[in-house]
Amino acid sequence: MDPIIKISNVSFQYSQEEKNALNGVSLDIQPGEFVAILGHNGSGKSTLAKLINSLLLPTEGEIIVKGMNTKNDDMLWNIRQTAGMVFQNPDNQLVATIVEEDVAFGPENQGVDPVEIRKRVDDSLKAVDMYEYRKRPPHLLSGGQKQRIAIAGVLAMNSECIILDEPTAMLDPSGRKEVLQTIKKLNHDENKTVLLITHFMDEAVQADRVIVMDGGKIQMEGTPKEVFVNIDLIKKFGLDVPQVTELAHNLINEGIMMPRDIIKIEELVDAICQ
Amino acid sequence: MLKNLTIGQHYPVESKIHDLDPRVKIMVTLIFIVSLFLINKFQAYLLVFVFLGLVIKMSHVPLKMVIRGLKPILIIIGITFVINLFMTPGEVLYQIGPLDITREGIRQAGFMALRLVLLIMGTSMLTLTTSPILLTDGIESLLNPYKRIGLPAHELAMMMTIALRFIPTLMEETEKIMKAQKARGADFESGNIVRRAKSLVPLLVPLFVSAFRRADELAMAMEARCYRGGEHRTRMRALLMVRGDYLALLITFIYVGAIVGSRLIQI
Repeated sequence: MDPIIKISNVSFQYSQEEKNALNGVSLDIQPGEFVAILGHNGSGKSTLAKLINSLLLPTEGEIIVKGMNTKNDDMLWNIRQTAGMVFQNPDNQLVATIVEEDVAFGPENQGVDPVEIRKRVDDSLKAVDMYEYRKRPPHLLSGGQKQRIAIAGVLAMNSECIILDEPTAMLDPSGRKEVLQTIKKLNHDENKTVLLITHFMDEAVQADRVIVMDGGKIQMEGTPKEVFVNIDLIKKFGLDVPQVTELAHNLINEGIMMPRDIIKIEELVDAICQ
Repeated sequence: MLKNLTIGQHYPVESKIHDLDPRVKIMVTLIFIVSLFLINKFQAYLLVFVFLGLVIKMSHVPLKMVIRGLKPILIIIGITFVINLFMTPGEVLYQIGPLDITREGIRQAGFMALRLVLLIMGTSMLTLTTSPILLTDGIESLLNPYKRIGLPAHELAMMMTIALRFIPTLMEETEKIMKAQKARGADFESGNIVRRAKSLVPLLVPLFVSAFRRADELAMAMEARCYRGGEHRTRMRALLMVRGDYLALLITFIYVGAIVGSRLIQI
């Protein structure tokens, strides 16, 4: 299968800065995949997201989204439709004063027929479990609910790929859980390609593939297990491993026998009970 | 304290008036305003009372709410009344010092005060029965024909929507910054007016900075959702005129006809 997003040797430099924000990044994302990008602040992960959505254009290299080059101006709106984006601050991405109006904003911009918009809005709100809130003003919702509305806004555009730029960074633990469950459900049930940018390890663990970025480069890549086994390397990039992995690692150092690639609580429970 | 502040004073109940097309309501309100200025005799106000009374009754908005809308302009009505009372030349009835109260003055003052009161009550019926978002839709749709002469109808409506969306958010933020500054010893309440105005600087600067940051992020989010101005844009909720809307317009035209007729009758 052709990758839905093909990033080949991309570098990017912000005009006021000397250092490149991205340095020769290459990455393929397959349709239906759930990819998590990890990295601490300034590692270039948010820049990468904006490049895919054609909000920024690469200084070098190129990005192909479903066969469309992000540098091609004629394809701009098709690219943004294919790769929808959810941002970090839930307050600063909702446009309308009523939830359902906001979800309709994307398809309205695309010039979709009103009857079709109505259907898409209802379907998307049901998909994120916010249908009963459709008449509420967004400012009365919790952070997690606002982010789910933002996700519904992307779904209503019929995007095949959802890029989430630290969607849970400003939420409380219960809000984070809500959002992550929604993301997983969409990836699983609706077969949406998900690109989740985060710095929470327990979120990255849920992905099919984890990419660790540092200094504008991809440093590590693989399944969560493959990546988190390298505890020392992860820490070198200013990141943490999931708490259970750390605990398992310490137990092994104390001489207790168990597998090294434990990343979920259930796995640790199983290992200890054996 | 700031959270209670609402823009407009939409009173959300179910009623025939609430269900009318916002364009119809805006037009009826404009016609109503014009009708008030067509009146040239006291008796004609009876027609206005009947018309407005009917609208208020049908809207299920309590009369108290409608009258409350008069409060902020009570002073203006008072000043208009007093100026008209003393400044109209004619047959002198009373004298208070250098000021004359004339028969024409009393008539004129009462006439003007009544006109203002009815004007405010009539226009507040529009905001009471129409949600801000419908009002915006209505204005956009009514202004659409003037796009050809360069009126940015869509942009104006979009600006209004975004303003309405962000007012509560910025209110909340103001409160947060206020508390943060108070915790550091800022004093917003004491001192004279100059001092108090100065003490607002540490509140306004962070608020403005954050408003600009929000604007920047919102612009990016809108672009990511394919926003490219009003061209080729569709709306989910298309405004549709139904029988009730035409009926409302018809009643309004009959009312205006009666007002115009009242000008012609000599009493």
